[in-house]
Amino acid sequence: MSLIEKISLDQTELLRFITAGSVDDGKSTLIGRLLHDSKSIFEDQLSSITKTTQKRGMQGVDLSLLTDGLQAEREQGITIDVAYRYFATPKRKFIIADTPGHEQYTRNMVTGASTANLAIILIDARKGVLTQSRRHSYLASLVGIPHIIVAVNKMDLVDYSQKVFDDICKDFAAFADGLNLHNIEYIPMSALVGDMVVERGDQLDWYQGTTLIDLLENIEIKHDVNHDNFRYPVQWVCRPQTKELHDFRGYMGRIESGSIRVGDDVTLLPLGLTSRIKEIVMYEGSVEEAIAPQSVTLTIEDHLDISRGDLLVKTGDAPQVAQAFNAMLCWLAEQPLDPSRKYLIKHTTRVVKAIVSQINYRVDVNTMNHERVDTLKMNDIAHVAVKVQQPLVCDDYAQNRATGCFIMIDESSNNTVAAGMISFSEEV
Amino acid sequence: MSSNHRFTHLDALESEAIHIMREVAAECANPVLLFSGGKDSIVMLRLAEKAFRPGRFPFPLMHIDTEHNFPEVIAFRDHRAEELGERLIVASMEDSIKKGRVVLRSENQSRNAFQSVTLLDAIAEHGFDACMGGARRDEEKARAKERIFSFRDEFGQWDPKNQRPELWDVYNARTHPGENIRVFPISNWTELDVWEYISRENLEVPEIYFAHSREVIRRDSGLLPVSHLVQPQAGEQAEKITVRFRTVGDMSCTCPVESDAANIDDIIAETAMTRITERGATRMDDQTSDASMELRKKEGYF
Repeated sequence: MSLIEKISLDQTELLRFITAGSVDDGKSTLIGRLLHDSKSIFEDQLSSITKTTQKRGMQGVDLSLLTDGLQAEREQGITIDVAYRYFATPKRKFIIADTPGHEQYTRNMVTGASTANLAIILIDARKGVLTQSRRHSYLASLVGIPHIIVAVNKMDLVDYSQKVFDDICKDFAAFADGLNLHNIEYIPMSALVGDMVVERGDQLDWYQGTTLIDLLENIEIKHDVNHDNFRYPVQWVCRPQTKELHDFRGYMGRIESGSIRVGDDVTLLPLGLTSRIKEIVMYEGSVEEAIAPQSVTLTIEDHLDISRGDLLVKTGDAPQVAQAFNAMLCWLAEQPLDPSRKYLIKHTTRVVKAIVSQINYRVDVNTMNHERVDTLKMNDIAHVAVKVQQPLVCDDYAQNRATGCFIMIDESSNNTVAAGMISFSEEV
Repeated sequence: MSSNHRFTHLDALESEAIHIMREVAAECANPVLLFSGGKDSIVMLRLAEKAFRPGRFPFPLMHIDTEHNFPEVIAFRDHRAEELGERLIVASMEDSIKKGRVVLRSENQSRNAFQSVTLLDAIAEHGFDACMGGARRDEEKARAKERIFSFRDEFGQWDPKNQRPELWDVYNARTHPGENIRVFPISNWTELDVWEYISRENLEVPEIYFAHSREVIRRDSGLLPVSHLVQPQAGEQAEKITVRFRTVGDMSCTCPVESDAANIDDIIAETAMTRITERGATRMDDQTSDASMELRKKEGYF
């Protein structure tokens, strides 16, 4: 039995999720409700938002204020991209990437989604599947979020009607068919009242499924990581050069996907040299096997010249070594793409110079239509051709997030200007 | 990962932090790890051991010493650095005061906010381009919005509206000369995670985290420890009660909480049950206004 199968299921795992929806969909109320009903809100926080609710001339406690932000935001009535929130139940620990739903939405959602196991797509039961629901779903599919929960919210405002819920599910399913979305679950709820979030409530008896928290606690996520293809970007070479460890050369890094055992044949890329795993060193001692996403130190049988940026894989399971490739690019910077300029690409632990040699098309995220453009502006998503000065050792993003993703950096400002997802499929 | 093949949330958080520390070591020319002797930085040291042993740390440790610290914590700091055999730099606020860089209204006022000056001076003096610290996003709402790799301009300022996007686990650590990056490897940990990790790793912590008898004054909504910095004012009465500290910082504004937690298990149980946030309970300087931390960070605070 492999290590991944042996990992017991009853452990408190870590689940990262994102909530997609605009302010009016009740996103803040839902997050507030999750935190409140899972008893993750502290008394001083509660008393502070109670005061603010009263100051604004409202009754009770406005749970959406829990996600209220900084002074800079309050003064200008804006919300700054991503805030992270934490709560835990006895079964799991949760990290919510809370992204505001205004015009910067694409950039923020892609950022929050990049580390998420799951997206909750909020739909207002009164409005059904809107353009923005399509946009959120497209972005979730673009970034390859493994699990989707469609939360049909505000059921209290449609008399908890099963027909309304069923129709929305049908609409969404038809639309999602054309997207790369898997594992879609549908839940009717009222975040305001609390129905089907943590408590079932007594208005939705016709609904046989689980509550939101139940689903979040039990959804199986251990297969979200690619466990098939061993990918090990070398981060740091450890050479203590002490008397006892004079010849020790440890290659430190994190197993981004797959697993490795002592004795496995490995290939060093992009050079193509081969060797065998001698030891898997952990702080606590050596182990026989390690799996993604563990951070470890590997030693090998032969003396190869290995440095940061190199990738170790199992021999016979090589990714692509590419100097030109296609990618979906999300432009994040205010300064538009200058196709005549060189940018830096950081891919795994390797940094190379790159140019966007062609913009094949831009995707209108509301209609999914393809458009011809000459440059990319903030929040644009496009299919582009990229050339790099030194080869990247990479996989198709759909097969392997870690070795298929990259960021682009503007060398003069040092800003992160774009996020890319490598695609080796033929479609242009 | 423990031997019985569990991969818990702590394992996930640990692996993430190790990965971050190694990225800092590899991408930054001259990083430093901030170590105060507090529980979060104790966890940071264990993570650094896991990231770099059997080698040495590819960075020194640094403490921004307000000289308003609890003596037990300073003793612990020195003992731990020596045990690890790593270099410890102590940047003293006393020096900043002597140089006239910090001007205090009174000897006894809280020095927390002035740490920024000493920190920025030390960064300039040693030419550090990255400072790793044990801040967590669950501590405070300004921190909740801060990146793991948090860029600071040449004045050390944080601009919340102009942060670099941070995607996947691909971090951008690039700086121009004079700028620096603050890095928070345990951003995603909560107070409870920190204590569970301390328990799992069997880490030593300063005694003042455990319940002990101490002379305190009740002031505003909190307890203040009596020391040479804090004495009862007119109408106040010092009393001896059983308390422990949830955070350790400037003695003049770090409040203990009433507690009988005598060991790590008790602390974990108490932390899991507590209904008051860590900073709300223990930091008078964060209660000054809704945006205290945000304003301090904009001035270069950690």
